[in-house]
Amino acid sequence: MSRAGALLAREVALAWGKGGGPLVALGFYAGTATLLPLATGPEPARLAAIATGMAWVALALAALLSLERLFERDYEDGALDLIVLSPVPLEITCAVKCLGQWIATGAPLALAAPIAAIALGAKPQLAPLILACALVGGLAFAFTGGIGAALSLGARRGGLLTAVIVLPLFVPPVIFGGAALDAFANGLPWHAGLALLSAYAAAAVALGPLAMAAACRNALS
Amino acid sequence: MISRLSLQNLSVRRGGRLLFEGLALSLAAGEACALTGRNGAGKTSLLRTIAGLVTTEAGTIAFGDADADAARATGLHLIGHLDGLKPGRTAREELDFWSRWTGGTAASTHQAIRRLELSTLLDLEVRRLSAGQRRRLALARLIAAPRPLWLLDEPLSPLDGVWRERFGAVMTEHLATGGLIVAAVHDPLPIPAKALEIGA
Repeated sequence: MSRAGALLAREVALAWGKGGGPLVALGFYAGTATLLPLATGPEPARLAAIATGMAWVALALAALLSLERLFERDYEDGALDLIVLSPVPLEITCAVKCLGQWIATGAPLALAAPIAAIALGAKPQLAPLILACALVGGLAFAFTGGIGAALSLGARRGGLLTAVIVLPLFVPPVIFGGAALDAFANGLPWHAGLALLSAYAAAAVALGPLAMAAACRNALS
Repeated sequence: MISRLSLQNLSVRRGGRLLFEGLALSLAAGEACALTGRNGAGKTSLLRTIAGLVTTEAGTIAFGDADADAARATGLHLIGHLDGLKPGRTAREELDFWSRWTGGTAASTHQAIRRLELSTLLDLEVRRLSAGQRRRLALARLIAAPRPLWLLDEPLSPLDGVWRERFGAVMTEHLATGGLIVAAVHDPLPIPAKALEIGA
C-alpha cells in the first residue's frame, strides 16, 4: 500500500511538474471551447443547442493531450525497468498511473467542463450532471487512454499513434455521456446514459490495466 | 534471500540477432562477477535478462532456492546507464520515492545519504547534478533498500578516482554480508571478481 501511495504521489507530482501538464490541458480545453462557436456562428439559440455536446467533445480531446507521456517518460529514462522490479503487480502499477493521470488532469478538466458548457450557452441546471459525466468519463478516458499510451511505447511520434489507437475507444463514452446530457437538457430520462457511461468506465478500470501491463512487458523485452 | 545465481546454457536473441548462446555462470553468496565484452556484445541485455525484463531464447536462470519471480521482485537491484531519475525533480524526492518503492526504510535511506555523501545535493534538481553526482544518487538505491543481488551496468564509468575507490569499499561490504554482484565493466572492478567475457 505504501508503495502504491508513493507511486501515486510521484505520478501526480510529475504530471503537475514543470511544463504544467494540467494547465496545458485546461488551456487547450478553453481554446477548443472558444474556437467552436467561432465556426458555428454566434446565434445564442443554435449555440445553446449544441453547447453541451461541444463541451463534451472538447473534453475528450483535451484528455488525449497529456496521455502521451504517461508511460513514455518512464520508458525513455529507464524508470519503467525499475518500476517493474517490484512486488507490486504491474497491473496495479498501471492502474495507479492512470489514477494519477485522472487526478492530475481528468479532475481539473471535469471542474472546467460545466463552466465551458455554461459559457457556451448551456442551461445552468445542467452543471451538476456535466460535472458527474466529466468525472466518470474522465476515468474512462484515462484508463482506455493508458492502453493506447502503453501500446505506442517506443514508437516514433508516439503521441499521434496514441491518439489514433485511443480515439475509437473514446467513442462509447462520448456517445453515452452526450446522450445523458442531451436527454437531461430536453427533459427526458437521462439515467440510462449516465449508467452506461459508468459501466464503460468500470470496465475500463477493470480491464485496461491488464492490457497496459501486457503492452509494457512487451515494450521492455 | 538469494544464496546463489546460476545461469545455464543461456541464449538471448535481440531484434533477430543471437547475442550470445551457451552462456554459463555460477555465483555464490559473497562473490562478484565482472562482465566484459566489446560494445554491443550483450552485457546490458544479459543484466536485463537476469532481471527478467528480457526473455531468454534458451537456458535457465536460477536464484538458488528462491522462487524466480519473488527473487526479481524483492531480491535484486538493477542500476543501468538509464538511471530512471527525473531531471525536474529534486534528488531528495527521487531518492525517497525509489527507496519506498524498493522497500527501504527511513533509517536505511539516511544511511545511503551518509554513505554516498548526498546530503548537500538533496535539494538540487537532478538536472543540476554532474554525471558523477547523478550516478552516486542512483547507486544510493543499493544502500537505501538492502537487496542481495546487485546488477550493475558500468557502475564506475562517470565516477572519479576517489569515488571509484569508495564504491569499491561499498561493494566489498556488500559481498562480506553475503551479497552477490554482477557488473558489466570496461575497466577492472576494484574488488576481486570472477571474469565472464561475452562474445569471446
